[in-house]
Amino acid sequence: MRHTRGAIFWLLCAIALAVIVFPLIDIVVTLVRVAAPLLRPSLFATTTQAGGLGVENGILGSLLVGAGVLIVAGPIGVLAGLYIAEFASGRPRALLRFFSEVLSGVPSIVVGYVGYVVLVKALGWGYSLLAAVVALSMLILPYVVKNTEVAFESVPRSLREGAAALGLSRLTTIRRVLLPPALPLIVSGLVLAEAIATGETAPLLFTANWSDLNPQLGLTHNPFGYLTGTVYYSFNLPSKGEHQLAFAAALVTVVMILLMVIAGRLITMRARRMTANLEV
Amino acid sequence: MLVRGRARGISPSPAPAGATAGRESVTRWGDRVTHAVAAVAGMVPLGALAFIVIVMVVSAIPAILFSGTGFFTGSVFSLGSVYAPPIHHHGLTAPFGASYGALPLILGTFVTSLIAIGLAVPISVGGVLMLSEWLPRRAQSFLSLFLELLAGIPSVVFGIWGVYTFGPFMAAHVYPLLTGLGTVIPWLKGPVGAGQGLLTASLVLAIMVVPIVAATTRELVRRVPTLAREGALALGMTRHETAKVVTIPYVRTGILAAALLGWGRALGETMAVLFIIGNVLNGYPQNLYLSANTLSATIAGTLDGALTDSTGTDISALAEIGLVLLVISLVTNFAGRLVIRRVSDQALPVGRGV
Repeated sequence: MRHTRGAIFWLLCAIALAVIVFPLIDIVVTLVRVAAPLLRPSLFATTTQAGGLGVENGILGSLLVGAGVLIVAGPIGVLAGLYIAEFASGRPRALLRFFSEVLSGVPSIVVGYVGYVVLVKALGWGYSLLAAVVALSMLILPYVVKNTEVAFESVPRSLREGAAALGLSRLTTIRRVLLPPALPLIVSGLVLAEAIATGETAPLLFTANWSDLNPQLGLTHNPFGYLTGTVYYSFNLPSKGEHQLAFAAALVTVVMILLMVIAGRLITMRARRMTANLEV
Repeated sequence: MLVRGRARGISPSPAPAGATAGRESVTRWGDRVTHAVAAVAGMVPLGALAFIVIVMVVSAIPAILFSGTGFFTGSVFSLGSVYAPPIHHHGLTAPFGASYGALPLILGTFVTSLIAIGLAVPISVGGVLMLSEWLPRRAQSFLSLFLELLAGIPSVVFGIWGVYTFGPFMAAHVYPLLTGLGTVIPWLKGPVGAGQGLLTASLVLAIMVVPIVAATTRELVRRVPTLAREGALALGMTRHETAKVVTIPYVRTGILAAALLGWGRALGETMAVLFIIGNVLNGYPQNLYLSANTLSATIAGTLDGALTDSTGTDISALAEIGLVLLVISLVTNFAGRLVIRRVSDQALPVGRGV
């Protein structure tokens, strides 16, 4: 009786595991299957202009906004993480950390709305790269902060004590002693944040809007395309080719994100090994 | 000078022995600048959060005045017609026929997210237990990569997958079986529709939330003391009983926290739901299979239309929807993080996947 009950329990658990594993496989299979007719080099050299079936404008826009997010949220997030890990203490530290984490709970569509009302309208930037970058930065900031914080906190205590014993200043300690071992984890945090930014749609719809052309120069008043937008807008169009394009763009997005996730993971594993060697 | 004021709190670092006075002041100056700059950056996340809340509240005020409690009790959400003369109500103008009753949207949000988290928690816990009890270590690290990848799939991709593959499959093969339960749960009675609706959206949301709950659960299960588990096994308990008596009670509070965080994500999820749920603006679905709508999908789906309204009340109504969504999300997030604080200091995954 005990063993029957156990067997049923584990059978249910195995089904649960299958339910976790199966969707990802099926998603990738579906994307490849539907996108297959479009998967050729010209996909990357064609924009969606005049019904073109390509992701060139989408990729360029996504890369641009990704770079912008890295420039804006990167330094701010790393410094904020540094502050929480190394400078703040007691209650302020707990509060800053808490609210930074809570910021990650703000729905992305709300960030999109705020971006539209404030950046696009009130500040008069129009649909633009700048508005998109600022909105997305708000969204990924908590991840950069959290990973930086964890990176600094995982530096072994012995290194800090050594630095203190040498009488090094705060700045020198951070720059020469703490930063080198913390850097890989900070970088992997940035890579993962970039992956999140690449997959976002809702905040971009109302800050970047959409353009069938390749992104133009100019930070404001320049709507532009992005990969998730190619998925969204093409899927809503009624032709078969557009449908295939939506899946092709989705496949490209997923591959980009998967590469980033794997890269982030490799860097993290390396960092773990490094930190393990430091601990004597 | 504000910058200096902030920096004053720290004690000067001890200068290296034999350093000249000039060097010492340079070092201290560098320390102060670093501290000040980092402090300013440290305030940015809090500032951004406060900014978002303030913008949403301020933008929502006209709609709050316009509809009053009707927002929470009304069943018709309509942006009205911009081709007719605007109407005046409570001293505000709005497009002709505009009505901002969000009750169906609020219910839709709660029903989809609760079904999603209700399924995601047992699936995550079961899957993780299976993994940690039966599979080798190598498979475990493989699955954690798998969960990260699943968390990385964009919402919009879940959306097209749900509409194209998953929804039609469920409507053709699974939902007809579920209608058999219609005698017990009336909302499961047919017709099952084509696969775009409340239930499909909830199921896709469940899949999207699994990585969050499962990653946290895995971290928690890993921390269960080996001695306690070995002790249970030594007492002659089966693996199943050990899991039930030792592992699950040990991780219960942490799973509650993970469930709250996962619920928060399910509440705010937009693009996938926008595709799958079928977007009905007025009224309620007959059963769980048919089209409905949620708060987040309504904002994304109607913002374009609301922009054409020159009175500005439509766009404010969307802000009110966003505000309600924000408040619900922040409350669940707050609660989840408070519970997490009780379980562990940190190192549990944060929110939105990856």
